[in-house]
Amino acid sequence: MLGFLIQRLIQAAVVMMLISALVFIGVFAVGNPIDVLISPDVTQQIRLDTIAAYGFDKPLWEQYLNFLDRLVHGNFGRSFVFNMPVLQLILSRLPATLELTVAAVVGAMVIGIPLGMYAGYRPDSPVTKTIMGLSILGFSVPTFWIGLVLIMTFAVHLGVLPAGGRGDTVAVLGVEWSFLTLNGLSHLFLPALNLSLFKLAMMIRLARAGTREIMLTDTIKFARATGQSEWTILRRHVLRQIAIPIVTVLGLEFGSTLAFAVVTETIFSWPGVGKLIIDSIQSLDRPVMVAYLMLVAFLFIVINFLVDIAYAALDPRLRTRRA
Amino acid sequence: MDKATPLGRFWAEFRESHIATAALALILAVGTLALLAPWIAPQNPYDIGTLVLMDARRPPGHVGANGFVYWLGTDAQGRDLLSATMYGLRISVQIGVAAGFIAFVVGATLGATAAFVGGRIEMLVMRFIDLQLSFPAILLALVLSALLGQGKTQIVIALVTAQYAYFARTAHGAASAERAKDYVEAALSTPLPASRVIFRHILPNCLPPLIVVATVQVANSIALEATLSFLGLGLPVTEPSLGTLIANGFQYMLSGRYWISIYPGIALIVLIVAINLVGDQIRDQLNPRLKR
Repeated sequence: MLGFLIQRLIQAAVVMMLISALVFIGVFAVGNPIDVLISPDVTQQIRLDTIAAYGFDKPLWEQYLNFLDRLVHGNFGRSFVFNMPVLQLILSRLPATLELTVAAVVGAMVIGIPLGMYAGYRPDSPVTKTIMGLSILGFSVPTFWIGLVLIMTFAVHLGVLPAGGRGDTVAVLGVEWSFLTLNGLSHLFLPALNLSLFKLAMMIRLARAGTREIMLTDTIKFARATGQSEWTILRRHVLRQIAIPIVTVLGLEFGSTLAFAVVTETIFSWPGVGKLIIDSIQSLDRPVMVAYLMLVAFLFIVINFLVDIAYAALDPRLRTRRA
Repeated sequence: MDKATPLGRFWAEFRESHIATAALALILAVGTLALLAPWIAPQNPYDIGTLVLMDARRPPGHVGANGFVYWLGTDAQGRDLLSATMYGLRISVQIGVAAGFIAFVVGATLGATAAFVGGRIEMLVMRFIDLQLSFPAILLALVLSALLGQGKTQIVIALVTAQYAYFARTAHGAASAERAKDYVEAALSTPLPASRVIFRHILPNCLPPLIVVATVQVANSIALEATLSFLGLGLPVTEPSLGTLIANGFQYMLSGRYWISIYPGIALIVLIVAINLVGDQIRDQLNPRLKR
């Protein structure tokens, strides 16, 4: 097990190095940040000084080494646009994204699992047909389009919910949260719904498939024989068994929810990390782009690593096989 | 069609599903509209000479200054939205099909070759592809189109890079199974070059699952391209796809001018949902576990 662990750790480190090089070269290829940083009518001397101050006059490989050196010291540089440390900038935006993502995932679970279990429990009822039809829509209709329709319906047409922003926030432990005020909740509702629809469709499908399978097993037969009510059977036996795959998939999907938050945050002007990355791509804010990409890559590698370890712990064949 | 051929049987079974048949008809209709847009659209929306600025942002059914009827209204430049939507469909379909096709060729070749060669190379390639699959395609496409800039070629490259891995994964799985069969052994015992065995013997037998992936991925490419264009990273304003049109209308939506975004959006949804329905049906038909 230890050998397997070390092997996977080395693999993860190599992948991270490769990604850092790719990200650095890739971001380097986008536009010239000097044109964004200083106005075109400054003197040649100031221009050269600025280039030297940011190290843009050095060869690419030297800039990369400097970048790696700063990275291992936890220094991601300063944002060109906001003129503050990138790490601080991203951390200040992270709570908004986290709040949105968690609200979306929890919402998808709370609504999706009961609907999916019903669809699996009564596979032929017309309600099930409707639920499954809606889940196909949730899968195939692009997130940004659903966002537009939501804004149009609830914000423009009915005028009951705000179209964007975070609303009033309350500071807890120095971090601003929207979900603690009524106004903030009303701002959170539409973007969270928008982000959750894809997960909701997935939850419905997972819960339905699991329920259909388990309802046919002997467990359920015996549970019925003991005289438990259908409600108790669903809650005690079915829900417990389908919970394991659902939680696994949710963990894996957490990363992709963060990715889709980019779209939702842009539509609803939600001031999170996703909106930050789109803004920084448009304003050529290189340090922010690099830091965001590195953090996301790091997150995914950590998730993959944990999944590998969990599988190895569960399946002894993976441990002994030389991968 | 003749019921005796495998294709004929497939088609007969396909037609049993009314929803899938309707979806296929819809795809053909939308495809024809897209293909013939320059000849059947009432207006060329990108010929500035024909645009009347006085008719900008008019609601559906507006009759223009020169008696021209704008059935779906006009956008901020006074373009007829019916025509703009048809031209937008044309670009979206072009990009979706091109990206899907190239990703198919690249992914299937890579996956089948890896399965054929085996050993360390296979392990390395598949490990890389698994890693890429764990990363959301939308994020990869987003970053790539930001790095490459706007334009048709750039967006196709971004989409292919984000999606070839699905084809490679599927082709690898199917080709690994085929590789062990006797006919491949027989082909290898003749002096045929390896490339011929891969492309003429193994790959044709891997086609069914790949076709399912292809339908889904074409729909995904169209949706991804629309998303990127909506975020301002996909196509430039001079080549507006459906996503660009929707983005242009977004700012007018809050003032109640819904039609600028809605009609291109409906065209997009109809196309994507129809392709997915057809893909679902093909998958069910090819799935041996669901065979009666």
